[in-house]
Amino acid sequence: MRSTKQAFFIFNQKGEVLISRLFRQDLKRSISDVFRIQVISNPDVRSPIITLGSTSFFHVRINNVYVVGVTKCNASAALVFEFLYRFITISRSYFSKLDEESVKNNFVLIYELLDEIIDFGFPQNSEIDTLKMYITTESIKSEMAVREDSSKITIQATGATSWRRSDVKYRKNEAFVDVIETVNLLMSKEGAVLRADVDGQILMRAYLSGTPECKFGLNDKLVLQKRGNEGTKSDDAVELDDCQFHQCVRLGKFDSDRSISFIPPDGEFELMRYRSTSNINLPFRLQTHVTEPSKSRVEYTIHLKANFDSKLNANNVILRIPTPLNTTGVQAKVGIGKAKYVPGENVIVWKIPRLQGAQECTLTAEADLAATTHRQAWSRPPIQVDFSVVMFTASGLLVRFLKVFEKSGYQSVKWVRYLSKANGSYQIRF
Amino acid sequence: MAMAPPRKGENYELRQQLNSEYRDKRADAIKRVIANHTIGKDCSGLFPDVVKNMQTDDLEQKKLVYLYLMNYAKTQPELVILAVNTFVKDTADPNPLVRALAIRTMSILRAEKILDYLASPLSRCLKDENPYVRKTAALCVAKVFDLKPELCVEYGFVETLRDLIGDGNPMVVANAVAALADIYEASQNLPPTPPASPGRSSSPPPSSKPNSELFIIDPPTLTKLLVALNECSEWGRIAILNTLARYKALDEKESEHICERVMPQFQHVNAAVVLGAVKVIMIHMKAVTREDLIKSLTRKMAPPLVTLISSPPEVQWVALRNINLLLQKRPDILANEMRVFFCKYNDPPYVKVEKLDIMVRLASEKNVDTLLGELKEYASEVDVDFVRKAVRAVGQVAIKIDEAAERCVSVLMELIETRVSYVVQEAVIVIKDIFRKYPHSYEGIIPTLCSNLEELDEPEAKASLIWIIGEYAEKIENADELLGTFLETFKEESYPVQLQTLTAIVKLFLKKPDESQAIVQRVLQAATKDCDSADVRDRAYIYWRLLSSDPAAAKSVVLAIRPPISLPQTTVPPAILEELLSEVSSLASVYHKPAATFIGKGRLGAEEMQRRALEPEEDNAREKALQTVVAGQQAENLLDFDSDDIEPTSANSSSQNQSLSMFGNSSSASGHVGAGISSATLSNVAKSSNPLDELMDLFSTASMTTPQNQPQPIAPQSAFSGIQGLQDSTPSLNNDNTAPTRQQQQPHDAFAGLTGLSSPPQTLGSGSTSPNPPQQQQKQGGGGAQDDLLGLF
Repeated sequence: MRSTKQAFFIFNQKGEVLISRLFRQDLKRSISDVFRIQVISNPDVRSPIITLGSTSFFHVRINNVYVVGVTKCNASAALVFEFLYRFITISRSYFSKLDEESVKNNFVLIYELLDEIIDFGFPQNSEIDTLKMYITTESIKSEMAVREDSSKITIQATGATSWRRSDVKYRKNEAFVDVIETVNLLMSKEGAVLRADVDGQILMRAYLSGTPECKFGLNDKLVLQKRGNEGTKSDDAVELDDCQFHQCVRLGKFDSDRSISFIPPDGEFELMRYRSTSNINLPFRLQTHVTEPSKSRVEYTIHLKANFDSKLNANNVILRIPTPLNTTGVQAKVGIGKAKYVPGENVIVWKIPRLQGAQECTLTAEADLAATTHRQAWSRPPIQVDFSVVMFTASGLLVRFLKVFEKSGYQSVKWVRYLSKANGSYQIRF
Repeated sequence: MAMAPPRKGENYELRQQLNSEYRDKRADAIKRVIANHTIGKDCSGLFPDVVKNMQTDDLEQKKLVYLYLMNYAKTQPELVILAVNTFVKDTADPNPLVRALAIRTMSILRAEKILDYLASPLSRCLKDENPYVRKTAALCVAKVFDLKPELCVEYGFVETLRDLIGDGNPMVVANAVAALADIYEASQNLPPTPPASPGRSSSPPPSSKPNSELFIIDPPTLTKLLVALNECSEWGRIAILNTLARYKALDEKESEHICERVMPQFQHVNAAVVLGAVKVIMIHMKAVTREDLIKSLTRKMAPPLVTLISSPPEVQWVALRNINLLLQKRPDILANEMRVFFCKYNDPPYVKVEKLDIMVRLASEKNVDTLLGELKEYASEVDVDFVRKAVRAVGQVAIKIDEAAERCVSVLMELIETRVSYVVQEAVIVIKDIFRKYPHSYEGIIPTLCSNLEELDEPEAKASLIWIIGEYAEKIENADELLGTFLETFKEESYPVQLQTLTAIVKLFLKKPDESQAIVQRVLQAATKDCDSADVRDRAYIYWRLLSSDPAAAKSVVLAIRPPISLPQTTVPPAILEELLSEVSSLASVYHKPAATFIGKGRLGAEEMQRRALEPEEDNAREKALQTVVAGQQAENLLDFDSDDIEPTSANSSSQNQSLSMFGNSSSASGHVGAGISSATLSNVAKSSNPLDELMDLFSTASMTTPQNQPQPIAPQSAFSGIQGLQDSTPSLNNDNTAPTRQQQQPHDAFAGLTGLSSPPQTLGSGSTSPNPPQQQQKQGGGGAQDDLLGLF
């Protein structure tokens, strides 16, 4: 496994090179033409990695550009993709959206960034906060009024806590914790739960002075049991299948006693990700009754129930209910929200801006179908429910404490928010 | 300037601006130059004008000029010298960012001239007080080594790098490790003996060839690495993990220690770190014997692997391919996790297909009902390829789990009722496999299958159904009628269908001689007279002779009992599996093919293969055949090596596919059979078109064995679509003991064919003259690589 990547390209949809950066001499620039011919103009590429001859192309498609890594060796595929995605994240934080236009407008900046985050094919520093200290644009310059002394920057970029400066000062010390859970659900026609799990994310915005040492506690079953008070608390304890941490968290310590301790970066970062599969509280229940009384009609009755405390609210609930491909029109009636047939996607979109806990509502609809010679039965893709519910965690996870220790001994204020959401991952077959 | 440049055009304008007295204008012009370069315009003519702007306080402008230099230094080697002074001055700049930038750029200019000026700034920067400069300089050593290894030796840069492993700064350590690993690999790629010249133009003279001792990891280094592992950035961790993977532990205790220290990395958020940790643990776990530790390692490995399934699709796919490998080695690690692998409707197709494969691997009696429900659901989706694979998966489950076979069959029957053409066809193919595994178990479904006769238009499905009819001819009342319909269109059918029709009718005749005298006559006539395929003709002749001379022998050959098929646990041979597992997360592990088969040093690899193939020449012929098979296993795709430009598979991908799949099977068979030679001959039997020749081969001609085996290694790029044991077993029906076709064969079948044949060799031997020529032709048509290798013997 020699170097990881030997070249980096960004292409637009026509296959024109927007950015090209070669790290090793054994690749020629013309290699980009090969990619254009083989991937961009080839409609049935079925793999994110293509090896042509001895050159491998790793590509990620985002908006209207392809971000591509090229190597001629047995590189780590996971690393290349991780890097490409990291590049996308970094670009976003610099110019909000990565697309053809923004790449063209910011190409100097992109070259500058590439120079810093990858050297000779080895990824270097990819911490956004650190990068922003010395790679600046007009907008970022104004944000950070004073340009740092460059020796400080370099210390930070390589330091043991490369993610944090030592001289951060705030008048008011605050930390915000956001627990965001993405609910994955796959429910069968019969209403059996085939798969229900939660991908959780704990985001933190730390505005803390000095070098604070933080300790973070969840109602994680293993931790609670270890403390020996399972009798009282294990009922509402959550079993986490797996957690992954930001690099600031001391993994060795977590491994030995499951405690989460770290020195946070300044500002916003993702502290941890976790996964939980047991005792998932599904925020929405769906009862579907879909019939095809004749060849030219489908009748839907969809009953939606908000399955959480009535004090809470769900926002932006959107149901996407598939219709057959030969649908000509849909009449839909809903008790709450709005339902509309979107012919381009072959779905009825039912939008409910706000839904209270324990509330129920129903959609009835009829889809008219055009006559067709197509014999194949309609495959009935699953109904998809998107939502976000504030102050609710589907896994039942709670933050038990966040302790901040700093040598000056200041008091800090902490805030916790919870959010459960789904974006294409909550699917119900019918 | 000596040559008068044109006075108009964009470059002229740019030149004017680059020499402008206003700073803004110059900065703008540089940006435009870079923009022009990016879209592919040649800006090399502006070299002197750009270089003039190098000396500036504006860091951004300096970076752009440097970027320009990186791109054009090679085209203007004489002019680069103009920049040297500024570079050297910048490496002593008070600003560490400038120092690092200068040394970084200088070392990749790839101009011989500048290298001589590089040495002293580089040794200075390697000892810079600022870690940022040191970490940049560390990588520069690798860059210089790439260009001019002797320089690194001369100035002791490599030793300095080794010292940097003990640096206090984790990032410096990580980069030093990365650079050393790179140098180590580069030196490995240098040829082992001076005369052989590698493909790289910049190769050093052999005298200065650094040996592999450049980067030895000793226990003190190990300790340093393990400490740095917990402190450095995610990318640094990957570099260190890669190096740990190379380390050979002294004893078990050290292996345990490494495993324990690496294990916490499973919790890292970066998928590459997680997979890197898995790799290190898989390697060092081999030496661990403590049961509880092994248990805890595998237990802790599972959750992070599952978590990777929530990553973006591309990362997910890499993870899935690796999980697939890990499951082949340790089938139990994810035993209870099948649900995570359920396909989401909006997963990209490549992810879905991988998930299917893994689900089949995880299938057990406990979860089979849920799984079948899922597979049925997938079979109604829109993507034809995916639907087919889902149907195939049902068959694989049936063959894997005896208890579930009946449920699988009923699912397949339900699918046939949907009457969707490709679903029905796939189901028929799958059911044929089920009959192979469970003969005489589900005969009740045969009428339903036969009623779908008209639906079938694909050769494979047709051939499958015909095989079923032939196999159960005695139980199907109108078998002669059904086969008769195929006989009517005999000439238009594809060869596999013709072969099947022929065999099935002969079976019918042997089972019901009275009613089918006429039809067997007709088919033999048609096959020997009207058919332009040598295979079909030869097979027909053999049947004809058999039937006319010794019907009893014909019966024992054609109606012999076939050994049941099974689902192979591994899709790659054990040795390669081990190799791939020690490269988890790499491209090789994603493709499930050893790196040597697809990466750059292709020609060298081919030579290596030839060398290996030549070695056993003195040994007796059997050994030689065996060796070649082994060599073939290690270099699946010889053909790929020579194609540098465009995808080599498209032209003959189908045949390559077949040969690959066969390869996978035959090699696993070799493990089972134990006696190597039998595997060689087995695949040989499977490969060639004529059973008579195979017999000859069996007894004598090892020199022929070799070229015949060679086509196996032709592995297509598309191989990563998965080598599924069963999918390849389709052709099993092709050989009813007598005449294996050149299409594709399962080794079991080939073996069956072998035993079947060995009983009446005398009878067969008499007819062996005529079929020879066609087979020769076939060999020659087999492909360029084959010819090359043929020459070897």
